[in-house]
Amino acid sequence: MTALKKVFLKGNEAIALAAINAGCHYYFGYPITPQNEIPEYMAKHLPEVGGEFLQAESEIASINMMLGAAATGVRVMTSSSGPGISLMQEGFSYIAGNELPGVVVNMSRQGPGLGGINATQGDYFQAVKGGGHGDYHLIVLAPHTGQELYDLTIKAFELSEKYRCLTMLLGDAVLGQIKEPINPWKPEISAGDPDREWLITGAKGRQPRLIKSLFLADGEMEKHNWRLQEKYQQLAANDVMVETCFIEDAHLVLTAFGSMARIAKTAIDQAREEGMKVGLIRPISLYPFPTATFKNLPESVSRVLTCEMNTGQMVEDVRLSIDNSLPVDFYGRPGGSVPTPEEIFDRLQQAYAEVE
Amino acid sequence: MKQVVKRPTSLTDKPFHFCPGCHHGIVHRLVAEALDFFNLREKTIGVASVGCSVFLYDYFAVDVIEAPHGRASAVATGTKRVLKDQIVFTYQGDGDLAAIGTAEIIHAANRGENITVIFVNNSIYGMTGGQMAPTTMLGQSSTTTPYGRDYHRDGYPIKMTEMLAALEGPSLVARVAVDKPANVKKARKIIRQAFQMQVEDKGFSFVEVLSACPTNWGMTPQKATKRVSDEMIPYFPLGVLKQKDVVDVL
Repeated sequence: MTALKKVFLKGNEAIALAAINAGCHYYFGYPITPQNEIPEYMAKHLPEVGGEFLQAESEIASINMMLGAAATGVRVMTSSSGPGISLMQEGFSYIAGNELPGVVVNMSRQGPGLGGINATQGDYFQAVKGGGHGDYHLIVLAPHTGQELYDLTIKAFELSEKYRCLTMLLGDAVLGQIKEPINPWKPEISAGDPDREWLITGAKGRQPRLIKSLFLADGEMEKHNWRLQEKYQQLAANDVMVETCFIEDAHLVLTAFGSMARIAKTAIDQAREEGMKVGLIRPISLYPFPTATFKNLPESVSRVLTCEMNTGQMVEDVRLSIDNSLPVDFYGRPGGSVPTPEEIFDRLQQAYAEVE
Repeated sequence: MKQVVKRPTSLTDKPFHFCPGCHHGIVHRLVAEALDFFNLREKTIGVASVGCSVFLYDYFAVDVIEAPHGRASAVATGTKRVLKDQIVFTYQGDGDLAAIGTAEIIHAANRGENITVIFVNNSIYGMTGGQMAPTTMLGQSSTTTPYGRDYHRDGYPIKMTEMLAALEGPSLVARVAVDKPANVKKARKIIRQAFQMQVEDKGFSFVEVLSACPTNWGMTPQKATKRVSDEMIPYFPLGVLKQKDVVDVL
């Protein structure tokens, strides 16, 4: 990797810069708040690197343009927010069935419906449980700082190519709009294996190739579906990302992702200052979910508190991971207003009192 | 004996699965002949749509990407933007292009994407079993218009070629039919021209092909072919509606 000069950027711009530095030279998208800085940055800077920005007529067209570009093996990205992501779900399902790589950003907004543009985590289910039709998953990464938005964008391209699986960066208005110093860097990008046997490039000197998700012959569809599942299992075995703080001696563990985790960190610091033995688990990959971290909590932990900016979505994965071995409490806000560290601290203190 | 006609090399050896009297086989052949003419087989990417045409990947000896229903021209846009030196074409039916994919085709055309679109209009949904298409004729019965298409309820058969010809973006917009040998010859010429536009970087080319679906029309192949001549052509007139020799912007 090569370190580059420090910059001061909005979260959305950090993603766009990271994508370009990761070798993503094709972007297809459609405007929607609160992620418009991504297409705007791409429109300005992609031509400088010989790349191409195209504003599509809809999110449906964007994701399908991405599908067509991804089939050629280049790094390609799109971005949107809640309602636009809903429109893209058809394409996500086809990209999963076609086993193509690609990166999509969801700077989600509160909903359902047109909703509002403020921060929320209401798209958790849609992101990690498939969303579109069929039995498939996306890789879902949840950054919580500007620097992490940058770093995980690069990681998203790498994982996406490694598994030929669409990777989603899941953020919200807080992360997209906050301006922070970023240390950019350029990863080593392999020229790409020329023998990638699925690339669609025109059948020069070889047999024609086919990118498809339709399998009608007896047994073919089941075989294809099992192969996809095997890929998801490999992901879960090798590429789970999670951050833990102070869990070694904790009596209570708080868990949160994305901007909520950032707020929770302040509350945890305050609690530790006051002598409370509390820790934090921050899932970075929401799919694959860090199940083992919850399953193998230290014996000192007797309770878990899940905090989310929704009415209880990740809490289901936490409960499944813990499998009734510990009680799991939930504190949630449905989006539209961001909880303060004090509010989280109060809820933490209340749960802690029940533990002690 | 001198061989005057052979199977185009852009087609595989696999026999077509299409119903007896279906015109897809003719249109496939005309497209393959155009690819052969410009020696494009090894530099062409086909985008298959949803419907009877999805199986073109079995018949064309080129790289193929399968697109979601109606989205073929958006998929082709993405592919062509990366592979500017390759030839990218879509092959879409009327349900695909004129119903669910209307937005995608209009905007690809309006952008003047340097792709070729073959639009097979048989005025019905074939693969799903004969439901009404946007191009179904007034009075035509289908499984979802059992009493005939009524414009009060269903609107009029949509004229995609006329709609696209009204846009500034496209370079070639034409309608042909494959109901009789003379029309097949004209169709061959125009389909070849459509690929030539792309070869010469002249932008978006679109050919609507009027064709028959004897199975879902409930007709013999002969009667179905005659219906194309007698009923479809008068409403969907043949000809080149728009052709640019020089493209303004690419």
